[in-house]
Amino acid sequence: MIDLSVKLPGLNLKNPVIPASGCFGFGKEYAELYDLSVLGGIAIKSATPKERFGNPTPRIAETPSGMLNAIGLQNKGVDSIIEKELPFLAQYDTEIIANVAGATEEDYVEVIRKLNDQPVIKAYELNISCPNVKHGGIGLGTKPELAAHVTKLAKEAAAKPVYVKLSPNVTDIVEIAKAVEEAGADGLVLINTLMGMRIDLKTGKPLLANKTGGLSGPAIKPVAIRMVYQVAQAVKIPIIGVGGITCAEDVLEFLNAGASAVEVGAQNFVDPYVCPKIIQELPIVLEKYGYTSIKDAIGRSFKDE
Amino acid sequence: MFSEDARILSNVEIAPDIWKMEIETRLAKEARPGQFIEIQVPPFFLRRPISINEIKENSLVIIYKVLGEGTLKMTTMKDTLNVFGPCGNGFPIENQDVYLVGGGVGVPPLYETAKRYLKKGQKVQVVLGFNSKDQIFFEQEFKDLGCPVSIATMDGSAGIKGTVVDAIHEQGIQDPFILACGPYPMLKALQREYTKGYLSLEARMACGIGACMGCVVKDKEGHSLRVCKDGPVFPIQEVAL
Repeated sequence: MIDLSVKLPGLNLKNPVIPASGCFGFGKEYAELYDLSVLGGIAIKSATPKERFGNPTPRIAETPSGMLNAIGLQNKGVDSIIEKELPFLAQYDTEIIANVAGATEEDYVEVIRKLNDQPVIKAYELNISCPNVKHGGIGLGTKPELAAHVTKLAKEAAAKPVYVKLSPNVTDIVEIAKAVEEAGADGLVLINTLMGMRIDLKTGKPLLANKTGGLSGPAIKPVAIRMVYQVAQAVKIPIIGVGGITCAEDVLEFLNAGASAVEVGAQNFVDPYVCPKIIQELPIVLEKYGYTSIKDAIGRSFKDE
Repeated sequence: MFSEDARILSNVEIAPDIWKMEIETRLAKEARPGQFIEIQVPPFFLRRPISINEIKENSLVIIYKVLGEGTLKMTTMKDTLNVFGPCGNGFPIENQDVYLVGGGVGVPPLYETAKRYLKKGQKVQVVLGFNSKDQIFFEQEFKDLGCPVSIATMDGSAGIKGTVVDAIHEQGIQDPFILACGPYPMLKALQREYTKGYLSLEARMACGIGACMGCVVKDKEGHSLRVCKDGPVFPIQEVAL
């Protein structure tokens, strides 16, 4: 049996499969369906300094091979998350990644400072790429200087490794990835959702109350693969790939593109058991394509053979 | 909750664009009235949340309205479909007489609920609202259970002209204990008039299990509630509609 474990800054993943932030809450609902300890890690729902209700509804719209969401970073605030969610997660043997969001740079620093002494959190994922909030989020993630600056502040505040989740809604993702690496990021997560829209033909108006939303699901996988492929050749820090993964073959594709681990997002809604299924199938798929380790698969797409 | 491939036993149109499907599934053992199941409709991405109409020994009956491409596709499904559930909280079964109030495609979950109240020996009054006579469905099924049924139609082509609230007024009853499911304007009207009972809400959902925050509503203090997990059934005065 192939060893699926992956070591990344701050993260000792028993396998490279991590449910993506926003698609898994704080694990409680999925814990009713299976043992969360089978997961490599969990990227928990975004934390902001104060409670956010998020956007008005409808927040969800289906698309060909995917969906749009405009949740708007709904969460109870970091203090409530520390009190109510982290003790529950502490009982599982899996690596918890805290997704950190905010409207200002100070918000990111505040959330990180509060989470620093929470042993259950093993790393941070800076969300500078949410397309559904007016301030912060994507506003910080689409310009190299701004992305680098918030990364630098986060690194100064953080007592744990910082991964930066990048937006695909940019002209040159490589430029931003490099700026973030230079600012001290320990790793990258790419990609967040692609900004999209659907219009209701009955009203002629956007279907989502927020008008635009973030596109996820299999529809965005080729975009994510391309971006991981480009960025992996330009940076030295590890990449966690995310975007449209539904099966173990998709995981291998991300590994080949240059990712060291993956996050699974919208497919959790389609098949709530998808993560354990992928973990079970991954060794079989790796063997089928002739790999004897995860490492052999990472970045194969651009390596000389 | 679990998922499985359920065998489709029947799938027929019972009123214009209203279809009834019976599936053989082990979910029947776990399901309660007022809960829903999540149905995969390939090639569409998200599951369709559909309320449970009737719970039998080894099967569930669902009734769905053709509203878009997904539900249209459902009308052509045969052999098996993948279901997940049962989801949500369902209607409470209490020791008191009840008014079951349904509007349009909100009528189906009240059927199993009626059976449970009758089984407890409670009196069950049924009030159903539709746009017009040709859209009426399930009137006879409730009558066959022995429930008195009042009908309201917006155009007056059958029963009382007006809404379900008009139909309840007609009976001269003050503040009955109500369990209701239907469109938001109907639920709002019930909320204005009555204080006792529960409302079942419909919402666009993604996960169906409380994780994604796609289907939230606010309670009257502004706190969020998830229709899929905290609901779909809420105390009549809890949700700000």
